[in-house]
Amino acid sequence: MTPLAWVAVAALGGAMALARFLVDSTVATRLGGDFPLGTLAVNLSGAVVLGVLAGAALSGTAYTIVAGGGVGTYTTFSTWMLESHRAGEDGDARVLWLNLAGSLVAGLVAVALGHRIGGLL
Amino acid sequence: MVRLLTRATRRFDRRELGAIYAGGVIGALARVGLSEALPHGVDAWPWATFIANLLGAALLGWLVTRLGERLPPSAYRRPFLGTGVCGALTTFSTLQLELFKMLEGGYVGLAVAYIAATLIGGFACVHLGTVATRRARALR
Repeated sequence: MTPLAWVAVAALGGAMALARFLVDSTVATRLGGDFPLGTLAVNLSGAVVLGVLAGAALSGTAYTIVAGGGVGTYTTFSTWMLESHRAGEDGDARVLWLNLAGSLVAGLVAVALGHRIGGLL
Repeated sequence: MVRLLTRATRRFDRRELGAIYAGGVIGALARVGLSEALPHGVDAWPWATFIANLLGAALLGWLVTRLGERLPPSAYRRPFLGTGVCGALTTFSTLQLELFKMLEGGYVGLAVAYIAATLIGGFACVHLGTVATRRARALR
């Protein structure tokens, strides 16, 4: 990784954190409810894109910048865990388990789907 | 993307967006730095993602509890540290791609152990960050 590649990771990382915030808040505002749909929308869309990149066999520094700095930053694990935890604390077991298991399974399907698409490119 | 960002800067507080960007830079550099320092094959434990995810979960549990229940609401700490740093440091897509590759390669046992440890560990980290902050408040 050259210094320029690190600069690219930083610049793209900041932009994709903003993109996550915008998509999350837009989805959450429009489809607001008990279930954290904003985070789910971010994570599933990111999983599809990462699957495409991996399926298209992108590699090396370009992959590290786009996949690591970009898509990796866009999706989030900490918010997924926090929202599940708080649903459990609020006594909403349905949201807790649906969010944990549903996101996990849907995320795997999303990556597999993206990988298929990427393989066709 | 540019239009989306232009619209967003009108709808949202610019300094809040700046705080998220700055936090995202730090989180992304830390996670990519970890993954460069700890590379792994498809048949090995992805330590970089594992550490980043658990660390970010603990930090977010602590932060949200502290800002939400202890300190008066701060305008920029949550966007910077929560949405920015923790959100960027942790990743859902890389975790899923690692799982997918393990399953595709036939390392089913590793995949099951990895997702179990990540989910249980991540949830426990949020819980510990939360409980420790509340206990610190109770002691005051």
